[in-house]
Amino acid sequence: MAQATTATSNGSTSVSVEKVSGPWRDAWRTFRKNKIAMVGLVMIGFFILIALLAPVIAPYEYDTQALRDRLKAPSSSHWFGTDDLGRDLFTRVLYGARISLWVGTFSVVGSIILGTLLGILAGFYGKWIDMVISRLFDILLAFPSILLAIAIVAILGPSLQNALLAIAIVNIPTYGRLVRAKVLSLKNEEYITAARAIGMKNSAILLRHILPNSLTPIIVQGTLGIATAIIEAAALGFLGLGAQPPTPEWGKMLSDSRQFIATAPWTVIFPGVSIMLTVLAFNLMGDGLRDALDPRMKS
Amino acid sequence: MKAYVLKRILIMVPVLIGMTIIVFSIIHAIPGDPAETILGQKATEQSKEALREQLGLNNPWYQQYFAYMGDLLKGDLGQSIRTRVPITQEITPYLAATAELTVAAMAFAIFFGVNAGIISAWKQNSWFDYICMLIALIGVSMPIFWLGLMEQWIFSLKLHWLPSIGRMNQRDPVEAVTNLYLIDSLIAGRWDQLWTVCKHLILPSVALGTIPMAVIARMTRSSMLEVMNSDFVRTAKAKGLSQFIVVYKHALKNAFIPVLTVIGLQTGALLGGAVLTETIFAWPGVGRYIYEAISSRDYPVIQSGILIIAFLFVVINLIVDLLYAAVDPRIRYR
Repeated sequence: MAQATTATSNGSTSVSVEKVSGPWRDAWRTFRKNKIAMVGLVMIGFFILIALLAPVIAPYEYDTQALRDRLKAPSSSHWFGTDDLGRDLFTRVLYGARISLWVGTFSVVGSIILGTLLGILAGFYGKWIDMVISRLFDILLAFPSILLAIAIVAILGPSLQNALLAIAIVNIPTYGRLVRAKVLSLKNEEYITAARAIGMKNSAILLRHILPNSLTPIIVQGTLGIATAIIEAAALGFLGLGAQPPTPEWGKMLSDSRQFIATAPWTVIFPGVSIMLTVLAFNLMGDGLRDALDPRMKS
Repeated sequence: MKAYVLKRILIMVPVLIGMTIIVFSIIHAIPGDPAETILGQKATEQSKEALREQLGLNNPWYQQYFAYMGDLLKGDLGQSIRTRVPITQEITPYLAATAELTVAAMAFAIFFGVNAGIISAWKQNSWFDYICMLIALIGVSMPIFWLGLMEQWIFSLKLHWLPSIGRMNQRDPVEAVTNLYLIDSLIAGRWDQLWTVCKHLILPSVALGTIPMAVIARMTRSSMLEVMNSDFVRTAKAKGLSQFIVVYKHALKNAFIPVLTVIGLQTGALLGGAVLTETIFAWPGVGRYIYEAISSRDYPVIQSGILIIAFLFVVINLIVDLLYAAVDPRIRYR
């Protein structure tokens, strides 16, 4: 990002750098022009706001049961109706945004950190390290991801944390391969050779040159990855392998309510629509970022 | 081509071996004593010891792994703890059910996805294009388990058009020969059952096929748009060929390779999605088999089920790669 000011060591003078153009600024300009991507960004902002403000906005507690009010249709006192235990669905859907965004973001951050580390090791050091890591990626990718996540949770025991961990693990190869490919293509660039010629250490080359230049594809893939992670977490919750009651997780809410679908369809409609819209938002934004940051990645 | 096929198959070997190691590790990664986890805390020391012996848990791990590999190569997948039936025998009808479902879902996804993509590219920026791409966008963001529930609610519970669960009318079943009920009812000449089997297939295959359909439509559209602007398409148009022939014959042939890749990748992904779809529609397939095994901690079944699906996944990817090379000879020389 173009830095506006730089200060000298004693902080007495500051030099203004003109904000003309830079790759990030250009990207933002392209991104802003893409209306659909902006819709995605606004939707994500909205969901983050809801998640942060859930305790303030929510009219009830997410786990307060009122058995007299069970399976009530949407009304002015319960905007989204109530579930089979008389809990307010609007409140639960609001709190659900917290869980989905949390799981989505943190699992992707986890996969990115581990994937980047392994990808750099494989790409930069090559030889047998590359062989081992690349084969590991191949093997992990040879399983349908949701199935591998199910297997991992089956071992660790069902819980939201374990679901998050499982989703993070199964998505490591996606980022690992991306970073490896990027490192391989950067390694032979002239400025890396130059850096090496002036005696820069490997670790410095990695941190200063290779890592920053690998960021673009990671950001794009990470945004799309959050969408996938949210769906995967909801799927695990739906199968009873993720969040446990009374946690208001959207997937778990769906599976708890599915038996009431005929009599109380709102219990199934609202959590489902929430999952879809959140995932849609990240997909829109990811597509927009891809067009803005790296037009060649379009596929 | 022969050399290429051989090379591709050889590359598969280390991946398959790696997969068996991961799947083998599943039972060994269970924290604590697997025998106690499987049998429950109330089990006697004697029965736990018997199970440990049966599972070979008393041997060193490498011996266990080689024994496991030996069994696998003999086609022995072990025995279900819950039913005590050999898994190889038990899993066949489940596999057939999953095969029927995935083929139907993929047929739906390819037919609608490819055609929607072609017409969207052909009539770029028309209302048809916009609607198709909107549906595709929503389609890729749709949690399939929710789509399945909504389908059941609308088409079964509200409209009563289609059955919500199962594979056929169980009161008057067709004799199972292949376990593919479409074929079985044809063999038996049972037209009434053929119709009900079809009706049972519609909702689950639409639910399972929606994401691949959306992905295929988007890929077909972008690939077609690229080709439609090329010189040879202009030439074909200039020769005075009908639009339809230009689009479906000349352009499609050249736009199809990336679409084929996506179809392959999506078929593989479908196997994972099948777990969710089968759970919702009570479809007796491998996904449901694994899911039930998880709830009853039937670890040999979990192991084998996952291994079989992963194996199919790798084989499908291999077939796609080979098809890919057959369609585009340049790939073989890379």
